[in-house]
Amino acid sequence: MLRLEKRRQPSRAFAWATPVLAVVATMIFGGLLFAALGKDPLVAIRTIFWDPLFGQHAFYYRPQLLVKGGPLILIAIGLSLGFRAGIWNIGAEGQYILGAICGAGVGLAFYPMEGWFIFPLMVIAGALGGLVWAMIPGLLKVKFGTNEILVSLMLVYVAEQLLASVSLGLLKNPQGFGFPGSRNLQQYDSAHNAELIAGTGMHWGVAAAFIAVIFAYILLTRHQLGYHIRLTGEAPRAARFAGVSPTRLVLFCLGISGACAGLAGMFEVSGPAGQVTIDFNTGYGFTAIIVAFLGRLHPVGILLAGLLMALTYIGGEIAQSGLGLPAAAIQMFQGMLLFFLLAVDVLTGYRLRLGGATKEGEAA
Amino acid sequence: MTALLSIRGLTKAYPGVVANDDVSFDIQPGEVHALLGENGAGKSTLVKMIYGLVKPDSGEMTMTGQPFAPGEPKAARAAGVAMVFQHFSLFDALNVAENIALGMAEPPAMRDLAARIREVSDQYGLPLDPWRVVGDLSAGERQRVEIIRCLLQDPKLLIMDEPTSVLTPQEVEILFETLRKLKAEGTSILYISHKLEEIRALCDEATILRLGRKVATCTPRDTTAREMAELMVGAELHVPTRDTRAPGAVRLALKDLSVPSPSQFGTALKGISFEVRAGEVLGLAGVAGNGQDELLGVLSGEIRAGAGMVVLDGTPVGATGPAIRRRMGLLTAPEERLGHAAAPDMSLTENAALTGAERRGIASAGFLNWGRARSFAREIIDRFDVRTPGTENAARSLSGGNLQKFVIGREVLQDPQVLVVNQPTWGVDAAAAATIRQAILDLATGGAAVVVISQDLDELMEVSDRFAALNEGRLSDIRPAQGLSVEEIGLMMGGSHGMEVAHV
Repeated sequence: MLRLEKRRQPSRAFAWATPVLAVVATMIFGGLLFAALGKDPLVAIRTIFWDPLFGQHAFYYRPQLLVKGGPLILIAIGLSLGFRAGIWNIGAEGQYILGAICGAGVGLAFYPMEGWFIFPLMVIAGALGGLVWAMIPGLLKVKFGTNEILVSLMLVYVAEQLLASVSLGLLKNPQGFGFPGSRNLQQYDSAHNAELIAGTGMHWGVAAAFIAVIFAYILLTRHQLGYHIRLTGEAPRAARFAGVSPTRLVLFCLGISGACAGLAGMFEVSGPAGQVTIDFNTGYGFTAIIVAFLGRLHPVGILLAGLLMALTYIGGEIAQSGLGLPAAAIQMFQGMLLFFLLAVDVLTGYRLRLGGATKEGEAA
Repeated sequence: MTALLSIRGLTKAYPGVVANDDVSFDIQPGEVHALLGENGAGKSTLVKMIYGLVKPDSGEMTMTGQPFAPGEPKAARAAGVAMVFQHFSLFDALNVAENIALGMAEPPAMRDLAARIREVSDQYGLPLDPWRVVGDLSAGERQRVEIIRCLLQDPKLLIMDEPTSVLTPQEVEILFETLRKLKAEGTSILYISHKLEEIRALCDEATILRLGRKVATCTPRDTTAREMAELMVGAELHVPTRDTRAPGAVRLALKDLSVPSPSQFGTALKGISFEVRAGEVLGLAGVAGNGQDELLGVLSGEIRAGAGMVVLDGTPVGATGPAIRRRMGLLTAPEERLGHAAAPDMSLTENAALTGAERRGIASAGFLNWGRARSFAREIIDRFDVRTPGTENAARSLSGGNLQKFVIGREVLQDPQVLVVNQPTWGVDAAAAATIRQAILDLATGGAAVVVISQDLDELMEVSDRFAALNEGRLSDIRPAQGLSVEEIGLMMGGSHGMEVAHV
């Protein structure tokens, strides 16, 4: 019989191996799913994982990797700090929307004036928008002990209504022939988050994501604040004993994750998306949760996981249009990834044992 | 005469450690038999085998001549073995009768059960109201619930694991009356403890275990406590020594400290005042749950009080956080090692930085110097003889005693002005306990003020200059430790908490 036995120390090897195992398991079971839908599983897997990078049209898809990966990584890095400390911001999607609205709003307020200072102001406004939206669950938690998971999640739906409202009202393009949506920021030079190097997909948001990775890495490994974040996640009582103020930590973690999500939204609206529309948000804020866990809440892991996730997005789209796979199947495929990750995660703390050798506890 | 329980060659090995190695002894009917040994000597494993919780690898037991090999506790209970565990398994929100009914296979109607509980409690001098809610009972009364639960099974052998660790001396006396009565009726008792004077007062025979082996038997009445201790440890005991000198200036003062407990089942502190001078050790006794954790929290800074309620070297610090107090020289070591004093899954290096960041220069401008943390961890391991493969091992992988040495060593080596420790030697073997106590005394000799909170009265008598007890969040009068009798200490701890002696 199979049994689980607790390890004396969490296995470091397995901590790194489980994401790989999860990807492999996803490929196998995703392949079965595609086969059940009547598609050749090998072709489907190749379309998702290989074609975007090395296929015939890779020159078009490769930049997309950074365009899609950038916001995922930026949001996931912010979330991972809180997740490490046991503070669960599930509402990054809402903070992403608010960042976009505030960033775009500041930009549009200056239209049609040109000036170097407009884009930096938009960046600040985007970060602040996300931060303020995340402070709502934060302050409610520290003042009234509410659950940040529920509050932050529900604020996503509020943010979506707000987005619809400004798309139809406040930020609506006056020259848009009555269509919902703002002016296109891609046609407004001072506010346009253009590609830094043409044809690479590299824009300021991707740069911000890389900076966030480095910042988070240094914070977690070298800085006392990062140490306190990890300590709070591992042993909350020990953290209080060490002198960590839970209130400050909750506000910091929610604030930084909100600001990161807000930045991602702002860079998206001023770059790849171009305008504030009703359907501006595409689930980056939720997918980033998967990315954060797939990357083991480790900055470098998140970088790799974000790129992998972007790959499945792009590959999924190719598979949809090229092979006629339903969108739901692609979403299931992505969901499987998190499912298998959490499932094999147990191997980090436990080992599998065959047979029924008894071990009731330590000798006393 | 046939022995009630006869144990022959019991052996039980776990991966990497032999918990019991060829242990044999007999328990006679109506005998109180002591099982003595240090932590890790194999007492618990042995008892678990008798109670059917653990299966022996080899060896056999007979009960009044019949083979006895219980596969589960139910079988052991059917054979007449009952056990009172060290940690109670009671539900606070239920009343006494409901708690007892929960442990029964086929509980009778509640009213009949209550009548039975009354009957048994009267018979053995354990007054207990079946309808009282367990959450309102004192530790001694909770133990009565457990004992009555056992007595309802009409046992031939009653196993008691460290029963007096939660009792005041007066409550211990009441418990002993009950046990003597049981003995007079022919019930055998297997009594596990490391409190030697209690064993001398109660037990007829003693079996001493060391590292899983039976090393000696003795008749406790005719053996001195010191002899038994040395049999337990297997070496001559080093008794901590210190140079006494006149106490210096007041280092730490508590002034009419009152705070509510942060937890729902905690104890509020009420009007506590004391002063500790440089070079002095203040010992605080008390049964667990009388405000010890809260007092440590107030001193460490985890629980904030009024600024003037805690005064360190003349500066009010009652409202400041732990990091600032550490910088000023007030260091603390909480009772709970894993999860409070140390983070279980973090390495010893990281745990060294947990309290050492400020005073050992590990943190500067917010950045951590892991090299310094590692050498600090190394220093603790070397100086306090912590047995571990290295500084990068998780705190969880250390045995309780070794982790305790690490946690105490971490504070002692930071050269504190004031050190407050809660249960410094809990679960630590005698040799390590002596090391820890010596370190505490050396610290005081060096001019620090030390507060030791402990439930081990022998320990407190050994290290304290002055002595007081916590009882329901209040502090007793503070008295010089020398010349204090056990009777007086017991009264300071709250006497028998209103429990009565048997009237039969």
